[in-house]
Amino acid sequence: MTDVPLDPVAIDVGGLLQSHVASLYSHLVTRQTGRAVRLAIESQLGEAGSASLSLVDLSEVSVLDFSCADEVAAKLLLRYLDPGRPRDAFFVFRGVTEAHRDPVEVVLMRQHLAVVAETAPAHYELLGDRTEAEERAWRQLEAYGLLVPADIPDVLPDPDDRAAFAGLIERRLAFRSPISGRIHALSRIVAHLLP
Amino acid sequence: MHVIALPGTLDYQSADVLLDRAVEPVAERTLIDARHLRWVDPVGMLALLCAGTVLRDRTGALPHLEGPESQDVMGYLGRMGFFQEARGVFEYDGRAPRGGGRPSDVLLEITSITRNADVHEVVDRVQQRAGVILSSKLRYPASAVVQFSVILSEVCQNIIEHAEGPGWVAAQAYHWSKRLGRHVVVISVMDIGRGFRGSLSDEHAARYGDRWSDATALEAAFLHGLTRFPDSGRGQGIQQIRRQVRRWSGSISVRSGSARIGQVPEWDDSPPMVEGLAPFPGAQISIILPERAGE
Repeated sequence: MTDVPLDPVAIDVGGLLQSHVASLYSHLVTRQTGRAVRLAIESQLGEAGSASLSLVDLSEVSVLDFSCADEVAAKLLLRYLDPGRPRDAFFVFRGVTEAHRDPVEVVLMRQHLAVVAETAPAHYELLGDRTEAEERAWRQLEAYGLLVPADIPDVLPDPDDRAAFAGLIERRLAFRSPISGRIHALSRIVAHLLP
Repeated sequence: MHVIALPGTLDYQSADVLLDRAVEPVAERTLIDARHLRWVDPVGMLALLCAGTVLRDRTGALPHLEGPESQDVMGYLGRMGFFQEARGVFEYDGRAPRGGGRPSDVLLEITSITRNADVHEVVDRVQQRAGVILSSKLRYPASAVVQFSVILSEVCQNIIEHAEGPGWVAAQAYHWSKRLGRHVVVISVMDIGRGFRGSLSDEHAARYGDRWSDATALEAAFLHGLTRFPDSGRGQGIQQIRRQVRRWSGSISVRSGSARIGQVPEWDDSPPMVEGLAPFPGAQISIILPERAGE
C-alpha cells in the first residue's frame, strides 16, 4: 500500500481510561470521563503525522453510556471532519459489541455521522447515519477492497450509488489516495497497517 | 413542634405526600413520625432524606426522626444504608442498625451522588450484583445488565450536570404479589437542586412566555430532549432512558417543582402529567422495571 500516506495509530480506549482518567475506573460512563478520554485520544493523534488512520479499540470497555459515547465517538469524529481540524484523520472503531452498538449508533445518528466499525473479528459494518445508497456503495467498496476510478461505473452502475460513493469519501468513510487516486476501504488499510 | 406522620406505606405512590408536607410554610422544628411505617421502598427512603434535608435547611434545625416500630423495617433501612446517609439530616434517638453482618440482598444501597466518581462507583456496584437479579427475578437476558447500568449512569448524571445540589440513588427488587403479581426492580434517583425549570429557564423560558412552568419545563426535557446546553449532543440521556424503559414495559416518572410527568405502561394507571403539587425543590425520578410477562 505505497499509495496510502497515513500514519497508523492504535488507540486502546480501555487503557486510556485507566491511564488518563482513573486507574480504578473500568467503565466508559459519564460525560466528564468521555471528555477526558477524547482529549487523551486527540493528544495521541497529535503525535502522529499530518494524516493518520486511527483504530479506536473498545474491546476492553464493557459499559459505554450515551454521554460518554457522544464524547468519544460523535465529538471526536466531528472535530476531525471540521474544516478547521488540527490534522487529517480517519477513524475505524474496533471491538464494537452489542453492548456498545446502541450508544454509538444513537449519538452518531443524532449528529448525522457515520463510522466504519469492526463488530466481530474481520467483520466490518457502517454504523450511524447513512442512506441506503451509501450502504450499498460502501458494501461494494468493502467487497473489492479498493477501486480505481475507471472501474467505478461498472461496479456502481446506479448514478445514485456513485453519488453516494463520492459522499463516502467526503465523509471520510473511504480513503482516496492523493498519490494514485485509488479508493481504499478503510478496513483493508487497517488490516495492512494495524493488523 | 410541627409533626409529619408517615403513612404505613411509603413508596413510589405515597412519597408525594411527604414531599408536599415538607415544604409547608412552618418555621418551627419538625418531628417526622415513622413509628407506624410498615413498608418502605427506595422512593420512600430517598423522599425521606430529601424531605429531611429541605426541612433542615429551611428551619436551621435537624428534624427529629421517630423511627419505625417494626424491626423488619428498621433492619431493612439499615441494610439499605439509610441511617448512614441520614446522619446530618435527622436527629435520631434510637439505635441505628448497621448494614453488615450477613450477605446483603440489596441491589443498590442508598448512595449519595455529588461527583463523577460516585457514578462510576454505582455502575461498578450494580455490574457485580444486578446480573443475577435481572435474570432470575425479571427474566431479562444476560446482556440487560449493561443497559441497566447505562440507565443508572445517565440518570445519576442528571444530578451532577443539572441539579447543582446533593442527590441520592437507590434500587431494590421486590415481588409485587398484589399490585402486579410479578417481580419488579424499583430505582429511585432524587436531588434537591434547582430542578428542571431552574435548569432550563435561562435558555428556554422566553420562548414559552406565560406558559413557562414546571410542567412545560418537564415536557421540554422529558418529551423533547431540551437542555440548557447549546451542544446538540446533549439531552440524549433521558430520551434513551425512556426508550429502554419502554422496551422493558417499565414506567418512569419525574417530579420537579409542582409537576410530575411520566411514561406510563399499560399495567400502571398513573396519569402522565400531574400539576398543582407543592413546589418541592430539585428532581425526583422513579423507574419501575417489571418482570417479563408470559412465555
